[in-house]
Amino acid sequence: MPEPSAGHATTGATIELDALTKVYPGSSAPAVDNVSMEIKAGEIVIFVGPSGCGKSTTLKMINRLIEPTGGRIRIGGEDVTDMDPVKLRRKVGYAIQSAGLFPHMTVAQNIALVPKMTGWPKARIKARVEELLDLVGLDPGEFHGRYPRQLSGGQQQRVGVARALSADPPVLLMDEPFGAVDPITRDHLQDELIRLQHELHKTIVFVTHDFDEAIKIGDRIAVLREHSHIAQFDTPEAILTNPADDFVSGFVGAGAALKRLNLTRVRDVEITDYPTVTLDDPLQEIFNRLRGSGTNEILLLDKRGRPYKWLRRGDLMRARGSLARAGTLVSDTVTRDATLRDALEAVLTDNAGRVAVTGRRGEYEGVVDMETLINSVHELLEADRLDALEHQHELQELRSAQTHAEQEGAEGGSKA
Amino acid sequence: MNFWEYLSNRHQQLLTDAYQHASAVFQCMVAATVIGVLIGIVAYRTEWGASLATTATSTILTIPSLAMIGLLIPIVGLGVPPTVIALTLYGLLPIVRNSIVGLRGVDPSLVDAATGIGMSRLMRLVRVELPLAWPPILTGIRVSTQMLMGIAAIAAYASGPGLGNEIFRGIGSLGSKNALNQVLAGTLGIIILALLFDAAYVLIGRLTISRGIRA
Ligand SMILES: Nc1ncnc2c1ncn2[C@@H]1O[C@H](COP(=O)(O)OP(=O)(O)O)[C@@H](O)[C@H]1O
Ligand SMILES: [Mg+2]
Repeated sequence: MPEPSAGHATTGATIELDALTKVYPGSSAPAVDNVSMEIKAGEIVIFVGPSGCGKSTTLKMINRLIEPTGGRIRIGGEDVTDMDPVKLRRKVGYAIQSAGLFPHMTVAQNIALVPKMTGWPKARIKARVEELLDLVGLDPGEFHGRYPRQLSGGQQQRVGVARALSADPPVLLMDEPFGAVDPITRDHLQDELIRLQHELHKTIVFVTHDFDEAIKIGDRIAVLREHSHIAQFDTPEAILTNPADDFVSGFVGAGAALKRLNLTRVRDVEITDYPTVTLDDPLQEIFNRLRGSGTNEILLLDKRGRPYKWLRRGDLMRARGSLARAGTLVSDTVTRDATLRDALEAVLTDNAGRVAVTGRRGEYEGVVDMETLINSVHELLEADRLDALEHQHELQELRSAQTHAEQEGAEGGSKA
Repeated sequence: MNFWEYLSNRHQQLLTDAYQHASAVFQCMVAATVIGVLIGIVAYRTEWGASLATTATSTILTIPSLAMIGLLIPIVGLGVPPTVIALTLYGLLPIVRNSIVGLRGVDPSLVDAATGIGMSRLMRLVRVELPLAWPPILTGIRVSTQMLMGIAAIAAYASGPGLGNEIFRGIGSLGSKNALNQVLAGTLGIIILALLFDAAYVLIGRLTISRGIRA
């Protein structure tokens, strides 16, 4: 039997909600009222909206943790509205706030639950647990046998995601999964989720009330208002630059231009190459490179190729040729997956206005500086502005076409 | 004859009584645990179910034990049956109450998670809810056992087994030379048994409560 792995894992399936409605017993107004949407295979869709607007209810109807009172749900084209809910849920991963790990089971037991229920052979489950721990960035040897209470909030959340992915479901539902961790950990978890999704291409529906989180990880965002009515369902760029109405702009909040920085990643902008030397290079070689390079600064890498110190002309002289004392330590680096906002932050706090870009293991890849960033942001905003104009133009045409059709229709009606 | 001489003279009989006492309590505890946890499982979901179960089992406890056995004799006869029935009934309350408290105390988000990852109701109960409710249930079982140790002595009244026979014989022949020794031996025997059972429960707790939730 083939082991599931990131290479040939199940990828996403489409989700269609068709006039989905939920009226809780004893309440007159529907919590979710007539919601229809199509979610494409392999995309991350975010439900964002104020507390109590029906996000969780909508999400939980997809795996029928809450039974809809009206409408249909289709996953991968198959109508699952009346299917055995237990069977359905084993094909739909589910991750919740505070991870929801079972405290009396070890990390490995928690992750193994669904594969066990599905009847996988022991050896395959064991391999799968190790693989998943690795995938979510936890060392299998170290974390395998731990109990949830021996983990930090962020680690628990990672295990929660691993458990949701355990039986390799095409669809993943996440209800405010990072809501209960501190902001720095949340930021990491978001980055990890984005990285995971690059490998896995699942269809993910993710609920949050944090708009910044929504634009950071969503391919598309559904901004929901009361009764889960869809105020706007579009890409983060479109929602930021062209909010549908006052409710959406209220939700987007101030600083749309700054938020735009969250949507672009360092890999999308120009990374410049910088003259580098390594700790192993002889001192003479370092002097030569410093003198020979056009800039008045070079980057010193450590033995593993990671940025270590910025060296200026004269630094070495002042330190009398001692590499240990010369130069300024590299305080901050970004990866290619970092957002431009992270990069800008790093550049702003660096006194020389640049930051080193590193690969997955921290190895040097290039440098981004203030000038590059500002140029990129200008280009982005300009492109967005043009897109928005075009979008508006299309809408207007559509509207005038509709009015036209209606007028003709009305004429036709009066004739009859 | 002093107490020690009495003990060495009668140790065969005492050990038999103690064994029967322990065995009766143990068997009734197994029955009370199974029935009590089942009642708890049936009752914990609804408010009225929970209060019905708690009220019914605590009403049983208010019936004086002699009266209960007295009432049972005409129905099931003398000997082991009235003892077993009475003890099992008395043992229910702490177990039922703690099962309900324990099952209700399970974090609702864990129940949500269990259902959400595709557990059936039965599986959720067996794999998640009962293991998490087990520490309070075990406490209930412990309390029940201590209670039954004492109540079991009354069984001798219905010619039941156990150390109660020793005590009843003593009380019946008050003033005779061995009366006090008999009462003392029976009482001490019960206390020692209770301590041994308690030690056993500590061990059972160690073995059955997951390290992840042990205090
Ligand atoms: N089990 C329930 N019974 C009755 N009403 C509920 C239940 N769950 C949620 N609601 C109501 O439905 C509405 C939507 O809730 P929810 O979907 O949890 O919102 P959100 O996740 O967006 O905060 C709220 O008004 C809430 O009070
Ligand atoms: Mg919610």
